[in-house]
Amino acid sequence: MIGKQGKDLITIPLPTIEIPRFRFGPKQQGGVGQGDGEVGQSLGPGQEQPGEGEGRAGQGEGHHLMEVDVTFDELAEILGEELQLPKIEPKGTDRIITEKTRYTGINTIGPESLRHFKRTYKQALRRQIASGTYDPERPVIVPYREDRRYRSWKVTPQPEAAALIIYIMDVSGSMGDEQKEIVRIESFWLDTWLRHHYKGLTARYIIHDAVAREVDRETFFHTRESGGTMISSAYKLAAEMIERDHPSTTWNTYLFHFSDGDNWSADDTRFCIELVKERILPHVNLFAYGQVESPYGSGQFIRDLRETFEGDDRVALSEIADKEAIYGSIKDFLGKGK
Amino acid sequence: MAPFRNRSLPPRLRDLEQEIKGYAKEFGLDFYEVIFELLTYDEVNMVAAYGGYPNRYPHWRFGMDYEQLSKGYEYGLSKIYELVINNDPTYAYLLESNPEVDQKLVMAHVYGHGDFFKNNFSFQHTNRKMMDEMANHATRVRRLIDRLGVEKVEDFIDRCLSLENLIDYHSPYIKRAPASSDEEEAPQQIRGLRNEREYMGGYINPQPYLDELQRKAEEERAQKKRFPERPQRDVLLFLLDHAPLEPWEQDILAIIREEAYYFAPQGMTKIMNEGWASYWHSTIMTTRALRDSEVIDYADHHAGTVSMRPGSLNPYKIGIELFRDIEHRWNTGRFGKEWEECDSLPERQSWDKQLGLGRQKIFEVRKHYNDVTFIDEFLTPEFCIEQKLFVYDYNDKRQTWEIASRQFKAVKEKLLQRLTNFGNPIIEVVDANFENRAELLLVHKHDGVDLKVDDARHSLQCLQSLWRRPVNLYTRLDGKSLILRFDGQDHSDQKAEL
Repeated sequence: MIGKQGKDLITIPLPTIEIPRFRFGPKQQGGVGQGDGEVGQSLGPGQEQPGEGEGRAGQGEGHHLMEVDVTFDELAEILGEELQLPKIEPKGTDRIITEKTRYTGINTIGPESLRHFKRTYKQALRRQIASGTYDPERPVIVPYREDRRYRSWKVTPQPEAAALIIYIMDVSGSMGDEQKEIVRIESFWLDTWLRHHYKGLTARYIIHDAVAREVDRETFFHTRESGGTMISSAYKLAAEMIERDHPSTTWNTYLFHFSDGDNWSADDTRFCIELVKERILPHVNLFAYGQVESPYGSGQFIRDLRETFEGDDRVALSEIADKEAIYGSIKDFLGKGK
Repeated sequence: MAPFRNRSLPPRLRDLEQEIKGYAKEFGLDFYEVIFELLTYDEVNMVAAYGGYPNRYPHWRFGMDYEQLSKGYEYGLSKIYELVINNDPTYAYLLESNPEVDQKLVMAHVYGHGDFFKNNFSFQHTNRKMMDEMANHATRVRRLIDRLGVEKVEDFIDRCLSLENLIDYHSPYIKRAPASSDEEEAPQQIRGLRNEREYMGGYINPQPYLDELQRKAEEERAQKKRFPERPQRDVLLFLLDHAPLEPWEQDILAIIREEAYYFAPQGMTKIMNEGWASYWHSTIMTTRALRDSEVIDYADHHAGTVSMRPGSLNPYKIGIELFRDIEHRWNTGRFGKEWEECDSLPERQSWDKQLGLGRQKIFEVRKHYNDVTFIDEFLTPEFCIEQKLFVYDYNDKRQTWEIASRQFKAVKEKLLQRLTNFGNPIIEVVDANFENRAELLLVHKHDGVDLKVDDARHSLQCLQSLWRRPVNLYTRLDGKSLILRFDGQDHSDQKAEL
């Protein structure tokens, strides 16, 4: 379904699932139309059939578009249920505390703005019936001062934890569009899940090839650089970022790194491992490394990490072969309840 | 009808209803009692999502359709003006927010549909108490859901829906030849071993041996005998009769099949039905019901209904124009031998025999035709040119759809092809004991258009889950014959020639 808004066409995705049937394919089909035009004139590009042809009575054929019409919180719930993710236990919960007001009870005094009309009415009715002044023929209820009921509230302290996600992506020549798409989808879900658990989540983005730099979200997903890969540059930047801006006493930090696993040299890899061990792991809830399969990458890096950090539950490693594998990979990353 | 009382028409609309009904009767329209109900747009969308029946069985796709309709309405893309249900009495839903002139138009339109439902031959077999039947279906399905759980039932409904179009769309109107047994060839003569000396017969071919041979030959023949004896197009009926279904599954499949048959005629007469109703709303409005102040609004709305977007076919438009064309031709006597044989253009253009048979003819046509025969008989080359009809096709090289032809013959062929079998591929059960392994063999009668393969495979899966044994579909893809097979686990293709 295509809607118009001003001059630009906007597409409105609709939640339709086409029930599969024995039906004709689009190939040799064509159809009959009506209107002006010479033979051979184009009716518009694309695979889509113009017009609705002879569909079933009154209904155009649906396309496989799914619109997610749920809130992110619900989405996160669904995700959590689906992947059986454990709830995150934030650390530093007692450090930042906000107060939350909840209306929980009824009181006989209070401001008029909080008057509980129904309860007041009931009270007055009860009194009038008890005192015999209620007349069913003329059911007028007049509440007195004593009948009035007000909502009352309780203040509950709500611990709040601050969280930071650092996304790091390898944008060296070997990471193609397909790989980036995978990173994008995966980080969307990671984001959704973590946001569900932390109010006020900060995300920072680092891209790297041989050097690393911090970028905004837009750039993060759309840059294509070339050149070599020095993963250590990114880790160094991340470590500095954490030390400078996000001390681990108040921040729950998550670091996700996506790469195709092709590092510059064994020396650099050693340096990386050292950085992770010394300067990153002590300060983060989770260090996650996702290796996206690419035709160019050797994929050595994950093996090196695995060797060192096997069994460390602050480290999550995952290999993502294709889009299908994203599902499992999310589980790898978040299954630890960190 | 107590539950609907609040939706009955307000007095003003009731007056209009009486007025329009009077006009419709005056023109000779013949319909069951029409009960109008006034709904809000949201209610209209709900009812429309249920295919017009507020009391249908629960299923997710109705919710999906509703979502689509209500989004369409909220974004201002589409709007349902009216809904009419083929039932006795005929129910029709009006949209509350419509202005008066629209209500009048819609009422006139509805009487057109009502007349068509009652009189067109395609609808003669349909259950006119479908409103009650649908409610019964819903009760049955709900009971099953209570007993078995919604997942299980809905899942089965999904699978049945995948096969919904495997019915014999024409079976209500014709009698297929009964499975005959007169082809039975005479029992083969058993000869036994070669024997040149008659007197040795009893020794070389003793009677028990001959009996044994006879028995074997008969067994072989029994095996060769096909089941079903003739290809059966009503696959759903075949499954009902022969698939190892549980009673509740049978119940659901029967419901799906019944509803498919009920809705089929509406699809098969779409052009005629809408054309007929449009013809009558236009006739009633312009000659009777329209007030001066309403002309512009009416014209605007009517133009919207019959407007044609480039590259698509509006059944309302084609239908109304064809009916008008027929009326004109029969009014002026442009039919029959004399007209066909007349070659002079000026003579043809000014042809008018003042017969005035038009009205009578279109009433006849609305009774005895469906879309296929309607187009086949009344589409004329003149009409094609006048209506600017064309055939479009996909151009692989340029990756666009383009106008392929404006030839009358091509247009007609394409139209008919798309309407044949209600736009569905023709698929029949040919053998229920394929390869002597109790597998099902279906044959797709290929008429130039390939099946959509992924959907076909999915449907095979559904079919397999009903038949329980592997299923095979013989079809053609890209000019090659093959059998698509699903054995319960995997799909496979193999080259095949039947």
